[in-house]
Amino acid sequence: MTKLTHFHGGLKLAPHTLLAPIIDSSLPEELVYPLLQRANNYALLIVKLGERVLKGQMIASANSPFTAPIHAASSGIVKAIEARIIAHPSNLADDCIVITTDGLDEALASSPCFDYQQETPEDLRAKIHHAGIVGLGGAAFPTATKLSTEQDIHTLIINGAECEPYISCDASLILQKAEEIVQGALILQYILQAKHCIIALEENMLQAAQALQKVINTQSIQLISVPAIYPTGGEKQLIQVLTNTKIPAKSLPAESGFICQNIGTTYAVYQAIIQGLPLTERIITVTGKGINQPQNIRTRIGTPIKHLITQSGGYSKDVQRLIIGGSMMGIALSSDEIAVTKASNCILAMTSDKLENKPAEMPCIRCGDCATVCPAELLPQQIYWYGRSEQLDQCQDYQLFSCIECGCCDVVCPSHISLVQQFRATKGAIIIKAKQAEQANLAKTRFQNQQQRRAKEEQEQLAKAEKRKATIEKMKAASLAKKKSL
Amino acid sequence: MQFPATSSPFTPASNTVNRVMLQVLIALLPATGIMFWLFGDALLIQLLLACSTALLAESCMLWLRKKTIKMHLLDLSALVSAVLLALAIPTIAPWWISVSGTLFAIIIAKHLYGGLGYNPFNPAMAGYVFLLISFPQQMTAWTMPFDVISSATALDYTKTQLGLGFSVYEISTSPLFGYLAGKDWEYISFAYLLGGLWLLQRKVISWHIPVAVLLGLTIPALAAYLIDSTRFTSPLFHLFSGATFCGAFFIATDPVTAATSNKGRLIFGLLVGCLVYIIRTWGGYPDAIAFAVLLANLAAPSIDYYTRPKK
Repeated sequence: MTKLTHFHGGLKLAPHTLLAPIIDSSLPEELVYPLLQRANNYALLIVKLGERVLKGQMIASANSPFTAPIHAASSGIVKAIEARIIAHPSNLADDCIVITTDGLDEALASSPCFDYQQETPEDLRAKIHHAGIVGLGGAAFPTATKLSTEQDIHTLIINGAECEPYISCDASLILQKAEEIVQGALILQYILQAKHCIIALEENMLQAAQALQKVINTQSIQLISVPAIYPTGGEKQLIQVLTNTKIPAKSLPAESGFICQNIGTTYAVYQAIIQGLPLTERIITVTGKGINQPQNIRTRIGTPIKHLITQSGGYSKDVQRLIIGGSMMGIALSSDEIAVTKASNCILAMTSDKLENKPAEMPCIRCGDCATVCPAELLPQQIYWYGRSEQLDQCQDYQLFSCIECGCCDVVCPSHISLVQQFRATKGAIIIKAKQAEQANLAKTRFQNQQQRRAKEEQEQLAKAEKRKATIEKMKAASLAKKKSL
Repeated sequence: MQFPATSSPFTPASNTVNRVMLQVLIALLPATGIMFWLFGDALLIQLLLACSTALLAESCMLWLRKKTIKMHLLDLSALVSAVLLALAIPTIAPWWISVSGTLFAIIIAKHLYGGLGYNPFNPAMAGYVFLLISFPQQMTAWTMPFDVISSATALDYTKTQLGLGFSVYEISTSPLFGYLAGKDWEYISFAYLLGGLWLLQRKVISWHIPVAVLLGLTIPALAAYLIDSTRFTSPLFHLFSGATFCGAFFIATDPVTAATSNKGRLIFGLLVGCLVYIIRTWGGYPDAIAFAVLLANLAAPSIDYYTRPKK
């Protein structure tokens, strides 16, 4: 057994784990696909209004390494391409493809593959890209991009440490698809040519561990249970726990030879390579006290949340908040008309007894509890102090951008300060300021270039005028000489 | 259905300022109990005077500053300052001593600087030093139980006698001395230590500041003692005399006025400890916790600046 280490800080949170078998979602009337993917990266629309699409057909393509193609999850007509509220912290509307399903669920023919080892890693990566696979743990980073690292990868980590309380989609998927997940891990290992593969589970996921142990029949895959301390599911934290390697801030795990992939992603890779299916569905945990029948649902991506709530027995009477993601890092949604995306791992409906009325904010007493629990080893109290007075340089000096927004500091703060919220706002302010500075610089260089160009043109014109003058004079002289000679 | 869109996390907070302060007050109970046993009702009167003045002054200041009075009164920070100050004032001091000291602590040292969280100096210690400088006579007259006349504390006595040329050994034969330090005072020190350890166990305070303060005091004391034990008192005497444990666990650990990173806290604590030794040995006042803490408070922002985490 490998010796596990511990990352700095973190919290022991009540698990709220729900181990319900996965049920299949029924077909919704409408499927909604936002084109916006990670931070300001949009997928490219490739269908026309009114066009009929089939299940598994690509409806938007990737146009940068930070986007992945989107596929229709059922057959139907592209009814609209319009702005709808999307699952984003801003709760603002953005361009979406809206498909009205026709109930036939007619699918494109898939092309299964029986021996992936006959294909090159490049071909497999291309397949993963075309299948539209992104990190299903919540970050939704395009998997093909992550796999095309130029670094030498020695260890692949399959991350089954559910990142937050309430979320149990990975555990339930393992119970149902253990063999496929192990297959997926082997494919990923083959693509990366990684020597080791670790499947990491939280220690309370006993059934899942048993299920996996039964189907692992190779020496190269190691199953390790890690203590359930939030946020063990974070990439850098998990790597530290498993291998005692600290990934430096601003550096990617790949630079140290590690790549993490989520359980759901691993299964999607299996489906894409072996079954030839694009990513059109995922497991979502629908839970919380505000839900009458909490469960794990296999859902078509694009399904409106409302539809899943109905399928889970509806809201309880005292529901207060609708959250997509977990209770620590989730996004509160303003409406249940919003559709689930590839990044949605959990829908959490909370009641007042969990939230209460958040006590009023008190002044920071600098107790340092936030620093004690911070997994990024920051001093949140100092960043807060400088953030309040908008000393943005100081905030950066205290490594604001290493903050992973896990929310541990908020939970332990005796003054109930919304630290993460402030940090997000401060990050935004710094980014905006940097952009403005960049634009100002651009304008400056543009102006300088223009000045130079003008000066050059003027000189050229002057030179031309001089030349012309000279020729005229020459001609004059010539005609004068001619006259004289006459 | 529509919902409010608030910011994550959605997990209820696990602690409150009020609970932190309440735990500090509970940790002060052993010392209060021992002092009550030693000094009798007078202590209760001082406590009552200080606490009621503190609550009144706090309410007035909150009202003037247009803050919600109830919420901030319930944070109990004013009471912590008041109790710490009352325990530091000689029990036979006249009533206006504790009243003016508390008023100074709450109004000037705390609220004029912006109230809870913004005061650069420990309010209780600022109040104490204000009293010590303004009314030195009333502030050094401690009466032991059943004594008719007031007498000096062991620290005080040692200082004057050393100045007169007596050796530490001769001085320690005085009836003012107990096993380790001042007679009866050692019990109070022990009670503070006990309360402090409880705070550590409850994780209300971290170990960095108390350990550093005690080390900062012990190391120079031990060095001096090993060099010349006739002129310098033992480290144990220093640890169990005066307000060493109270200072290390209850005063220097005030998070608002101390350095904030763990490394910074170690430096802050060492500074307090060393200053205590220096002031006790060569300074003009017998006990030095208050001065040492205030001086270190002054240095805290610089300590924070120089102990920033590396990029």
